[in-house]
Amino acid sequence: MRPGENMKISHKAVEVEQQEWKKRRLKERMKQMLTIASPIILLLVWECLSRTNLIDVRFFPPPTKIIGTLFSMIYSGELFHHMWVSLYRIFCGFLLGAIPGIVIGLLMGLYSPIRHSISPIVMALMPIPTLALLPIIIILFGIGDFSKVVTIAGSVFFPVVINTTAGVINIDSIYLDVAKNYGASSKDFFFKIALPGSLPVMMEGIQMGQAIALLTIVAAEMMGATSGIGYLIWTSYKAFMLQEMFVGLILISFFGYLFSLLLRFIQKKILPWR
Amino acid sequence: MDTKISIENLTKVFYKKNASVTALDEVSMDIAEGEFVCIVGPSGCGKTTLLRILADLETLSAGKIEIKQDKKDRPLQSMVFQERGIIPWLTVEENVSFGLKMRHLPIQQVRERTDYYLQKVGLDQFKKLYPKELSGGMKQRVSIARAFANDPEILLMDEPFAALDEQNKFILQEELLSIWEETKKTVIFITHSIDEALLLSDRILLMSAQPGKIIKEIKNDSPRPRKIEQMRANQKTAEHFIEILNHLHEEVQKSRS
Ligand SMILES: Nc1ncnc2c1ncn2[C@@H]1O[C@H](COP(=O)(O)OP(=O)(O)OP(=O)(O)O)[C@@H](O)[C@H]1O
Ligand SMILES: [Mg+2]
Repeated sequence: MRPGENMKISHKAVEVEQQEWKKRRLKERMKQMLTIASPIILLLVWECLSRTNLIDVRFFPPPTKIIGTLFSMIYSGELFHHMWVSLYRIFCGFLLGAIPGIVIGLLMGLYSPIRHSISPIVMALMPIPTLALLPIIIILFGIGDFSKVVTIAGSVFFPVVINTTAGVINIDSIYLDVAKNYGASSKDFFFKIALPGSLPVMMEGIQMGQAIALLTIVAAEMMGATSGIGYLIWTSYKAFMLQEMFVGLILISFFGYLFSLLLRFIQKKILPWR
Repeated sequence: MDTKISIENLTKVFYKKNASVTALDEVSMDIAEGEFVCIVGPSGCGKTTLLRILADLETLSAGKIEIKQDKKDRPLQSMVFQERGIIPWLTVEENVSFGLKMRHLPIQQVRERTDYYLQKVGLDQFKKLYPKELSGGMKQRVSIARAFANDPEILLMDEPFAALDEQNKFILQEELLSIWEETKKTVIFITHSIDEALLLSDRILLMSAQPGKIIKEIKNDSPRPRKIEQMRANQKTAEHFIEILNHLHEEVQKSRS
C-alpha cells in the first residue's frame, strides 16, 4: 500500500459516516418539529372551528379567548390565589404520603415478618379510592386544607410503599452476598446496598404518586373546598364560565408536565449509575 | 506446616420438593497455611458451592469445617465472585474500597490501598466510572482488586480470570503470584484452565462430575518463581497436563451419558 492510501480510505469512511450522521440529525429534527407542531395544529383547528361556529362556542371557546381569560385572571390575582392553595396542598399531601411510604416500604422490604404482616393490609386498602373516603375525611378533618392534604397523602402512599418494597426485594442477591462477605454492618448494609439498590424502582413509585396527587387534588377540591384549582374548575363549570374552567384545566396539565420534568431531572441526578 | 482449613466429609444437598440435588458428596481436604490450592472440575460439579460454604454464604448439610483465624483485626476471607460481583451503584473506586470502608479503616489508609490496587489491575484511569461503562474483563478486575485490597488471610477465587483476555490474564496471574509470595495468604482458586492451575498452584484437586467429590490430588512442586514460558517447556508439567486433561475428559463424558 502506498503511503497516503490508508488516509484516503479512512477519509472516505469518515465522509460516509458524516453523511449518515447528517441524515440522522435531520430525522431527529423532523421528529422534534412534529412534537411541537402537532399540539399547535390541534389548537389552530380548534380555533378555526370555534370561530366559524362549527363547534359550539359555549362549550369550546376559542383558545385565544381562553388565553385572554388566563391573562386577565393573572392580573386580577385570582389565578395565583387558587394556584398557590393547590400547590401547597399537593406539596404537603405528597410529602405526607411519600415519606411514610418510603419508610414503611423499606422496612417491609428489609424484614420479611414486617412485610408479611403489613402487605395484606396494604393490599386490602389499596383498591379503595381515597376519594370515596372523602366524606369521612371531611367529617374527621373539616373542609380546610388538611382534609385535602390527607386525601392526597392517602393516594400517594400506596404506589410509593409498593414500589419501595419491590425495589428492596428485587435487589440481586449477589450484592447481599458481597455485603455479607465483606462484613457490612446493618447500618452500612442499609445505606450502601438496600437504599441505593431500591432507589430506581422507588423513584418509579414516586413518579406514579406525583401523577396521582394531581388527579386527586382536582377531585378533592371539587367537593367541599372554597379555593384551589379544582374549586376554580368546578365553580366555573357550575356558573357556566367555561373559559375560566379551561384555564383551570390548562393549569393542571401544565403542572403535571412540570412535575414530571422535575422528577425526571432529580432521577438523573441521584441515579448516575443507571 | 499448620493446617489452615480442614474440611471433613462435607456434604451439601439442595433440597426442593420432589427434586433434591447433591452438589457435594463427602468432600474432605486439609489446606495448609499459606498454601495455594487450585480446584478443577467439570461444570456443575459443586466448585462454587464449596467456595460459598467456606465463605459462610451457604450452610452445609453434613460434615465439618474448621478454619483457623490468626489475627482478629484482619478479615478472615474475601471472595472473588464468579460473575456480576461488583455493585452497579458504586464507582470503580468505591467498589475497590468497599471492604476497607466496611471495616471503617482510617480514610488515608483506605485511599492509599485503593489506589495501590487500582494501579495493580490497571484501572486507575477508570476509577470514577460506574460499572455500566466497563467491559466484562474490567469488571472482573475491579472484583479482584476489591478482594486484594481487603487483605484477608484467605482468598477464595471463583474463576476470577475466566473473562479476561490473555494479556491481562498473564499480568494478573503474575500479580497474584507476587502478592501471594509477599503476603503468604492461603488461596483457594477455582479454574477451568489446566495451564492456569499448573502455573499457580502448590496442589491441584480434581473433582468428579455431580455429585462433586475430590477424586484426585496432584502435587505441583515445580520450582518458584514460575514463568509461563518455563511451565510450557517443563516435562513434568506436561505430564500433569495430560493427566488432568484425560481425567476431565472422562468426567465430562460420564456426566453426559
Ligand atoms: N441455590 C441453589 N439451589 C439449588 N441448586 C443449586 C443452587 N446452587 C447450586 N445448585 C446446584 O448445585 C450444583 C453445583 O453448582 P455449582 O454452582 O457449585 O457448580 P460449579 O462447579 O461452580 O459449576 P461452574 O463451573 O459451571 O461454575 C449444580 O447442579 C447446581 O444446579
Ligand atoms: Mg461456579
